[in-house]
Amino acid sequence: MISLGLHGSVGVIVTKIAVLVKQVPDTNSKILISGNSVDLSSVKMVMSPYDEFAVENALRHKEAVGGTVTAITVGGQGSEKVLKDAKAIGVDEIIRIDCDSYLDSNALQSILSGIVTQEDFEVVYCGKSAADTGAGSTGPGLAEHMGWGSVSNVIEARFDGNFSVVAPLDDGNAIIEVTLPAVISCDKGNTKVRKPNVKGIMQAKRAQVDVRSADVPDSTVSVVSQSLPPAKPAGKKYEGGQAAAEVARLLRDEANII
Amino acid sequence: MTESIVIAEISKGNIHPTTNELITAAHMLGDSCTVIVPCTDSSIADPVSKISGVSKVIAAKSNVFTNYDAAGWASAIDSISPSGIIITSSSPQSKDLAARLAARRKISVVQDVVSIDGSNLSSPIYSGKAMQTVSISGEAVVSIRQNIFDAAKEGGSADVSVVDTSGDVATAVRELITRASKRLDVSEANIIISGGRGMGSPDNFIHLEKVADTLGAAVGASRAAVDTWDDIPHSMQVGQTGKTVNPNLYIAVGISGAIQHLAGMRSSKYIVAINKDADAPIFQHADYGIVATWEEALPILQSSLSAMM
Repeated sequence: MISLGLHGSVGVIVTKIAVLVKQVPDTNSKILISGNSVDLSSVKMVMSPYDEFAVENALRHKEAVGGTVTAITVGGQGSEKVLKDAKAIGVDEIIRIDCDSYLDSNALQSILSGIVTQEDFEVVYCGKSAADTGAGSTGPGLAEHMGWGSVSNVIEARFDGNFSVVAPLDDGNAIIEVTLPAVISCDKGNTKVRKPNVKGIMQAKRAQVDVRSADVPDSTVSVVSQSLPPAKPAGKKYEGGQAAAEVARLLRDEANII
Repeated sequence: MTESIVIAEISKGNIHPTTNELITAAHMLGDSCTVIVPCTDSSIADPVSKISGVSKVIAAKSNVFTNYDAAGWASAIDSISPSGIIITSSSPQSKDLAARLAARRKISVVQDVVSIDGSNLSSPIYSGKAMQTVSISGEAVVSIRQNIFDAAKEGGSADVSVVDTSGDVATAVRELITRASKRLDVSEANIIISGGRGMGSPDNFIHLEKVADTLGAAVGASRAAVDTWDDIPHSMQVGQTGKTVNPNLYIAVGISGAIQHLAGMRSSKYIVAINKDADAPIFQHADYGIVATWEEALPILQSSLSAMM
């Protein structure tokens, strides 16, 4: 077992921490369809919101035990902005795995397990899901590829003594002890994320992206089409609070809900 | 012959009703349907055998299933599951399990499926601002959105076989913090009433709670409300950076309907909007819209609903 080293002498143990980041359309942006697929040409791209919490927890992990934080993304050259954003917040290294084609979950996780093995990371942080697919498969899937433990939907990481995380379980939350190596998928929770400062932004501008190639396995899932969700027929609209009585009646008689 | 394997959805030690929906989906993806029930007490599997369309029930019994651990559950289920298309619910825990099961078998996972047409599966992307249809070839793991597929009816008589299994648990629960509030969570409610910044103050959420109590509903909030008021926790947030919900009825009060919020609730079966701004975007998505302040509308809504219960 690899010790978290919280009681060890800092400087002896260098924990290699990875954080996975993904560039996605700003969550306030409107999604347009052109032909059979989504048209993102005029959309502002940002770091997927949950990845911000992953970066924050990775940096806190480093601050607690020493070590290095490496941000990794998979994408074309256009996705390097998300790495620069992570660099500006404070990660040490940034790696882009050069692959611009559609990857199903197995192909993506194979690529990621390759780099995690190669670089000997001991803990991987990621967002609980990316704001584009919303799937949330990457964290737990990568852990399984590595034969590691994983906890998803983590709302807090604690570095006091043993490494533990807080995640929803049944009727409430659980404090879960984690043995490294592991993958931690992060939710928003009450964690406040740090913002980049001027120095960080300047450093990020000059930072070199470490670009790697990857063997891309075949995908068994392929995209057929993307489209807008079916439009909803116009509803009924009333003026004034008195209409609440009529709406209650409709919920019972028309919608059959009450 | 493709076999479908449904992993029963477990909630508080019992079979969750969405399991019946998974069985309907299973028949759209394969020819026969085996249901695996992860359990510590195999008697919970008995009701599953009476669901129509189930050919076999495997009560997978193990101490691993006492608490959720992704590695433990995936290894314990994988070792006793036949090959085929595996179907799970799309609760946060089950999506996690689906991803691990797929990775364990080196196959792919398609999450949050809302429609099935042969081997074509559709899921919302960009939190429901668009839909994506993918095609699967061979085995896969598929998670199914709740409240979309018809529930398989009673009327089956499948055999239940109890199988002991074990798994490699990777994490340990040190402490459970039971939620202080006894109120339903938005992710498990059939009816949700949510408040936005238009509520004026977090203290006014008590008026939403009154309606919620009448209906047995959960209380949610918009991101604006959660970000503005510390008393409204993120666990209540519905929207793209909060919870995606799909209830039978969603009542939005004092919520303008930012695209961020719509993304988390637009697939609700019925949407009621109460907002004083007649031009609020939420009205474009509402089945029933009321242009009024919440102070005017909520007491009338509450008393009218009370009278019907």
